[in-house]
Amino acid sequence: MAKDIVILVLILGSGFFFMVGTVGLIRLPDVFSRMHATTKSDTLGAGLALIALMVYRGFDPVSLKLFLILIFIYATNPVSAHIIAKAAYDKEKRAGGEL
Amino acid sequence: MSYVIFTGVAIFLSLLAFVCLYRAYIGPTAADRVVSINVITTKVTVLIALIATITGQDAFIDVALIYAMMGFIATIAVSKYIEKGKLY
Repeated sequence: MAKDIVILVLILGSGFFFMVGTVGLIRLPDVFSRMHATTKSDTLGAGLALIALMVYRGFDPVSLKLFLILIFIYATNPVSAHIIAKAAYDKEKRAGGEL
Repeated sequence: MSYVIFTGVAIFLSLLAFVCLYRAYIGPTAADRVVSINVITTKVTVLIALIATITGQDAFIDVALIYAMMGFIATIAVSKYIEKGKLY
């Protein structure tokens, strides 16, 4: 019963953070603002959902694979956001636009 | 109990992926589209893990791991193409 409550809280938090990221992606006015909204929210949302699945499965090899996915997402999501930001900034600077 | 919650969150994530696809459609610059595809990739990774737990097919977890890797490679490749005009 306590496990169900923990899973419920984690998975609803995951849905909330994914929703915040999507609202930021739609509503904010600039590329960098959109990236600022989506990167952190999506990383946290994916982490919470995968932790909820790990709690549901208990301690077994599938849970270890879920933990591997979590580490991979936590490592690569900020890196890809950094690379997109660098590409957009360089492109806009080369075009002579105002930043 | 948990199956109902996981199914509801899976449906919610697929709807949010379609909303993100709207930004990929109207995005003014190419970087907007890359950001949107990156977000959709993260969502689909979590969605595949949820579906693996709902249906009880443990092999789908490997699919989620490979999908996360392929999304990362796609983001890097398109960003390099935007930045340099070539891929290497």
